[in-house]
Amino acid sequence: MATFKEFRNNVKPNWCPGCGDFSVQAAIQRAAANVGLEPEQLAVISGIGCSGRISGYINAYGLHGIHGRALPIAQGVKLANRELTVIASGGDGDGFAIGMGHTVHAIRRNLDITYIVMDNQIYGLTKGQTSPRSAEGFKTKSTPEGSIETTLSPLEIAMSAGATFVAQSFSSDLKQLTALIEAGLNHKGFSLINVFSPCVTFNKVNTYDWFKENIVNLDQFPDYDPTNRMAAMNKIMETNGMLTGLIYQNKERQSYENLVAGFQEQGLANQDIQLSQDQFEKLLAEFK
Amino acid sequence: MISQLSWKIGGQQGEGVESTDRIFSTALNRLGYYLYGYRHFSSRIKGGHTNNKIRISTHPIRAISDDLDILVAFDQESIDLNAHELRPGGVVVADAKFNPVLPETVNAQLFAVPITKIAEELGTSLMKNMVASGASWALLGLPLEVFNKAVEEEFGRKGPAIVEKNVEAVKRGAEFVLEQAGGPLDAFKLDEADGKQKLFMIGNEAIGLGSVAAGCRLMSAYPITPASEIMEYLIKKLPKFGGTVVQTEDEIAAVTMAIGANYAGVRTMTASAGPGLALMMEAIGLAGMTETPLVIVNTQRGGPSTGLPTKQEQSDLNAMVYGTHGEIPKIVIAPASIEDCFYDMIEAFNLSEQYQVPVIVMTDLQLSLGKQSCEELSLDKIVINRGKLVRESELSELEQHQLFKRYELTADGVSPRVIPGDKHGLHHVTGVEHDETGRPSENAGNRQRMMDKRLTKLDGLVIRDAVRADSPNAQADLLIIGMGSTGGTIDEARSRLVGEGITSNHITIRQIHPFPTDIVKAELNKAKKVVVLENNATAQLAAQVKLHAGGADKIESVLKYDGNPFLPSEVYKACKELN
Ligand SMILES: Cc1ncc(C[n+]2csc(CCOP(=O)(O)OP(=O)(O)O)c2C)c(N)n1
Ligand code: SF4
Ligand SMILES: [Mg+2]
Repeated sequence: MATFKEFRNNVKPNWCPGCGDFSVQAAIQRAAANVGLEPEQLAVISGIGCSGRISGYINAYGLHGIHGRALPIAQGVKLANRELTVIASGGDGDGFAIGMGHTVHAIRRNLDITYIVMDNQIYGLTKGQTSPRSAEGFKTKSTPEGSIETTLSPLEIAMSAGATFVAQSFSSDLKQLTALIEAGLNHKGFSLINVFSPCVTFNKVNTYDWFKENIVNLDQFPDYDPTNRMAAMNKIMETNGMLTGLIYQNKERQSYENLVAGFQEQGLANQDIQLSQDQFEKLLAEFK
Repeated sequence: MISQLSWKIGGQQGEGVESTDRIFSTALNRLGYYLYGYRHFSSRIKGGHTNNKIRISTHPIRAISDDLDILVAFDQESIDLNAHELRPGGVVVADAKFNPVLPETVNAQLFAVPITKIAEELGTSLMKNMVASGASWALLGLPLEVFNKAVEEEFGRKGPAIVEKNVEAVKRGAEFVLEQAGGPLDAFKLDEADGKQKLFMIGNEAIGLGSVAAGCRLMSAYPITPASEIMEYLIKKLPKFGGTVVQTEDEIAAVTMAIGANYAGVRTMTASAGPGLALMMEAIGLAGMTETPLVIVNTQRGGPSTGLPTKQEQSDLNAMVYGTHGEIPKIVIAPASIEDCFYDMIEAFNLSEQYQVPVIVMTDLQLSLGKQSCEELSLDKIVINRGKLVRESELSELEQHQLFKRYELTADGVSPRVIPGDKHGLHHVTGVEHDETGRPSENAGNRQRMMDKRLTKLDGLVIRDAVRADSPNAQADLLIIGMGSTGGTIDEARSRLVGEGITSNHITIRQIHPFPTDIVKAELNKAKKVVVLENNATAQLAAQVKLHAGGADKIESVLKYDGNPFLPSEVYKACKELN
């Protein structure tokens, strides 16, 4: 069995020292080992941004695509070979701005994919512009007078889109984050894990200390029931989205792969594609 | 006796025009006639004039005709809009319900048949299509049993009572018109056909069928005219072969999902038209950069913007050839017949894997939606070639932390490819410039080597029938160049040019990009004058010809961009004038 070290490669991340994304990388490596994966069984598909580089820093199969499109690419991979474990990942701009349309529909589709967002409330790679996650009044290079748009709540959106697994974590809490990613990998359906992952270079407001002060950790509420959709929605609103832990999980709903007519357990990529003469003639007969 | 004739049915959209055409042509196909259809429709579901025209012949035909022999009209508008096409002595079969009148300028025979009334008497006006097609059939003097057989097939699963009613509708339509006309019309007596039922389908169905035969098992797409039938065909078929179709949220998702699935080892396609192609541009670059196979079908329609969404055009050529930012290798092929639609899909999937590049298959609305007879298709002619795809058993073990050289520099520029899941094939793929193992690299030397590797992959590419030539004259007065659905029309015009003493050669360019320069050059040399014929306003194909093969001094363009396909007479006239 592979240990987390086997999910390391010798590529040095180009993230700034102290960037939250390092811990997300470590958590993915640990979780992958903990659920018993081998590197070749995992495909990490990422978007564009500082965070998007993550697929290149994990020893597994990986594809670093285009801005905002990690999810449709990841869904294509999963459809092609459901025997693979597929992680999609990227930044808050990648998933909640340019890629928001895909996020909502990937949630609805509910393929068995784990989507990890590194949410730093800013655009890191392009050097500090506002993101849909930025707070109102937040000053950035593109909002010198402060952001005047409402902050997007991905958790509420995910809930209303019918998500079957919604979690949030903080990159400093490696233990919780690892456990949540493991839970996401084990969940049979689409899992959204939004991770507060501070940008130490461009976001001087939402810092590690700021998160520590403002986060409500659900792990401290043993009575919290993550299978209760209404309670989950309430908790998100009550905490203004500043909560961590497993917020909601629906284990009843079948994943997309299980609902597609004619889909087999064996990955499509591993099936034979040559038609027999008999099959071909049947197809032709319909046109006579 | 005649060897071919043209029939058209017109009415309001949603009124049974489509189904009348379907049942009538299905019956003709049973007798072995060759058919070529054209659909004129507007971008709405109910209401708005629509008409379907079929050309019926005892020999293969590949073009719509200039004129019309029989017009079936469900309303006066259909007569007003189409009667001018009737040749002298033509016939109009119209619903008596609207008291049809022929324009004075039209020299044709009018039969007013109580189409709606008969249908309603039999229970429902929905049966208008049966009455109308029955009347048409009877005028041609064709055997009624054959028609009834087709009716039985269409309605068999709805039970014998329904079949019987429809057969009765056909009979009543036939009887009524025969009484008026005093029997079948001699002028429309068709020579007997060979009796061999032909494959009969639209281009989009041939594309769907070809994809299944090519081993395509996934499609991701967003609905759009005139591409949707490909998706609708595949969603019925792919589940039988373990695959499926995903209707995505947009074309960006469609193309990127297809990239993901191809990367993971499944032949996957998407299909769209101009607006969707525009949305796919960035992703096409990703496929080019990551050397991921990808097949896109672009069924062209009238642009720009929403343009003429249900009309013929060939104006996306530049977008397909030049589209995406930066420089990537890409193949654009243009099927020019219904058979091409089938075989070119196998070619497209093979090319995409052999060269690890995006392949765009371009059709036009007439080729995609025109229903026509198709030669027998053969599985024996198909070879699935997955290029340098290496499977697990062929891979040697990687050292600890070593990556598979997915972008290994090779003599032909194509690197071995593995798919996720293989134990010894671990590597990273990125749209960022990368080294041989797929790791990001900004090294100048590496950049140049990788660009050269990708861009030389297609050097010298000549696909099957890259240029289809019918150029018997060593020195012709005229060389006519076309693409897509226009070939049959050009050939009909050429046979008329012969009568004028004008010799002509004809080439159809099927490999649009990379351009088959040498072949085209040789053909240019064999003609005094060259006409490039295309359905767009800016002569995009002619520009490619001039750019690559030269001949600017003798090339003239014949363009049509009013939304309708060329007619043989138009091509004939234009060529005669230019000669
Ligand atoms: C189509 C397109 N538009 C714009 C960009 C430029 N761009 C790259 S990353 C990015 C935003 C990055 O923010 P986020 O997704 O939050 O990732 P982070 O860098 O913060 O991790 C932008 C706008 C691009 N690469 N592609
Ligand atoms: S700019 Fe911000 S997000 Fe990007 S690597 Fe640096 S700290 Fe991380
Ligand atoms: Mg960000």
